Amino acid sequence: MAKHANGYELTDGISVVVNSECPTCQLTSDLLVELGTSGHVRIFSQDDPSFPTSAEWVRDDSELSFSWHNDVEAVPTLIQVVNGKEVERLVGWNRKEWERLLEIENLAPGLVDHKPGCGSLSVSPDRVDELEIKFGGRTFISRQVELASLEDEMEAMHDRGWSDGLPVVPPTESRVNRMLAGTSRNSDDIVAIIPPNLVECSVEKVAINAVMAGCLPEYLPVVIACLEAICTDEFNMHGVLATTMGVGPIFVVSGPITERLGMNSGINVLGHGNRANSTIGRAVQLVLKNVGGGAPGGIDRATLGHMGKQGFCFAEAPSPWENLAEGFGFSSEQNTVTAFTGEGPRILVDQKSRSPESLTRSLADGLKSTISTRMVLGMDAMLVVSPEHLSRFTDAGWSRSQFIEKLTELLMIDSDEIIEGAGGIEDGIPSTFGGNQLPKFRPGGLLVVHAGGPAGLFSAIIGGWLNGTKGSDPVTKEITL
Amino acid sequence: MNQTLSVLDPTSEDRSTEIQLSERIKSIEGSTIGLLDIAKPRGDIFLNQLEKRLTEHGATVLRFMKPTFTKPAPVDLRYEISSKCDAVIEALAD
Repeated sequence: MAKHANGYELTDGISVVVNSECPTCQLTSDLLVELGTSGHVRIFSQDDPSFPTSAEWVRDDSELSFSWHNDVEAVPTLIQVVNGKEVERLVGWNRKEWERLLEIENLAPGLVDHKPGCGSLSVSPDRVDELEIKFGGRTFISRQVELASLEDEMEAMHDRGWSDGLPVVPPTESRVNRMLAGTSRNSDDIVAIIPPNLVECSVEKVAINAVMAGCLPEYLPVVIACLEAICTDEFNMHGVLATTMGVGPIFVVSGPITERLGMNSGINVLGHGNRANSTIGRAVQLVLKNVGGGAPGGIDRATLGHMGKQGFCFAEAPSPWENLAEGFGFSSEQNTVTAFTGEGPRILVDQKSRSPESLTRSLADGLKSTISTRMVLGMDAMLVVSPEHLSRFTDAGWSRSQFIEKLTELLMIDSDEIIEGAGGIEDGIPSTFGGNQLPKFRPGGLLVVHAGGPAGLFSAIIGGWLNGTKGSDPVTKEITL
Repeated sequence: MNQTLSVLDPTSEDRSTEIQLSERIKSIEGSTIGLLDIAKPRGDIFLNQLEKRLTEHGATVLRFMKPTFTKPAPVDLRYEISSKCDAVIEALAD
């Protein structure tokens, strides 16, 4: 009976890691027996402790502890250790190299000169997560919930009230472990205090919900930045959640990370079909519901809501204009998330304007009806300008700030037209405000973003919610990987 | 053998604590009743009417107002109400 590989420390001499199913290990098995018997090597056998033979110098590494701790990627691997330190490592069979390392001439002359090895079991995709949890010291704070063998796991997620109405991916330890590899932060770090129940939320809880939402590990830092942005006094996520108005958090991702994550900033940018866009916002919403306790119909009192509350996240497209984050004092090279409280997007059509002046007037007309034609100053808006609309301005040499300046000039409202009772409509601003020209938006209250497919003369308005200290302000956070 | 699946709990795992309700007032007469306006349009109209009725029934009425309806009442305001009033009525919406 082979000795169990007690510990994983490298000891002086030459250790060889093998696997009985590897053709190269089989090819060299007679040689390995010879070398083991003569005391030149000790063997760590990954799958069969009697391979290449049963002997005191063959160690059972079926737990893969030695292989995992010593980063063995292939078999056979020869590791030479002198004075407790690894000095050389050979992978596969290569007569000349083995002869040099072992300082023996004429090794196994009957064999081919060289043969590459096979993958180590310790890096096999179906074992790597389990080993990472077992040996990597990963411990989870969250409770393990065992599902009955007859339970359908997808149904089980719904039954426990963990879903947003769509199927979620069951957050097994291995999936959560893989997700946590997406961030450099410790799994027990607190990301934010999540409203409405004001619960401290760890990186681990975010990772669990990100798995459920369908995120890839590389999206996790973005999800974390989104939560950091909305769980602030300025953003006031509690109010955004509890309001009867149909608004929710909307996330615009800017910077080089958007391309790295394969985010969509082009065709159907505000729609479905892209994994990162679809799952990042969804993960945030799942955290709000599962960790914060903000369930629709519970603390979420939206009269109507909108489909974007399932998760609304998109990437800003590169453009000659400064991006949204630059408008908030970041650089275009920084990876950021800007959170904005908004309703569902609404299309503004203008297919005939050729001059920037005409298109600005047209967009301003549309923007006047944001939220309500009677609403001025109290709510912000995001304007998503598509590439073809953008070209009307850039072709004429307009900068983003020039465009916003012109829009602002055109967005002055005659207060007599929107006071209570004007036009036979009881809603409106108090009549004491009559006789004025009032701006539709507060300074900085119009957020201009460039995104969308290359063809189509459309832009989109996303109306906001109460702004300032009485409501919610947009918040930009840098994404920390 | 049936394989069972284990998943990690995605919730806060917090248990809600039970809060003892404060004693109900025995009568309106002689009680101090706070009226909290949450700062929504026309909440004052509703509360003015309530104040009139409660005063007629012999209550002392104190008026309070939240800075904004979008955020929970500040802790100092909640403390002030609880220390000055026997009961409070909150006007929730417009």
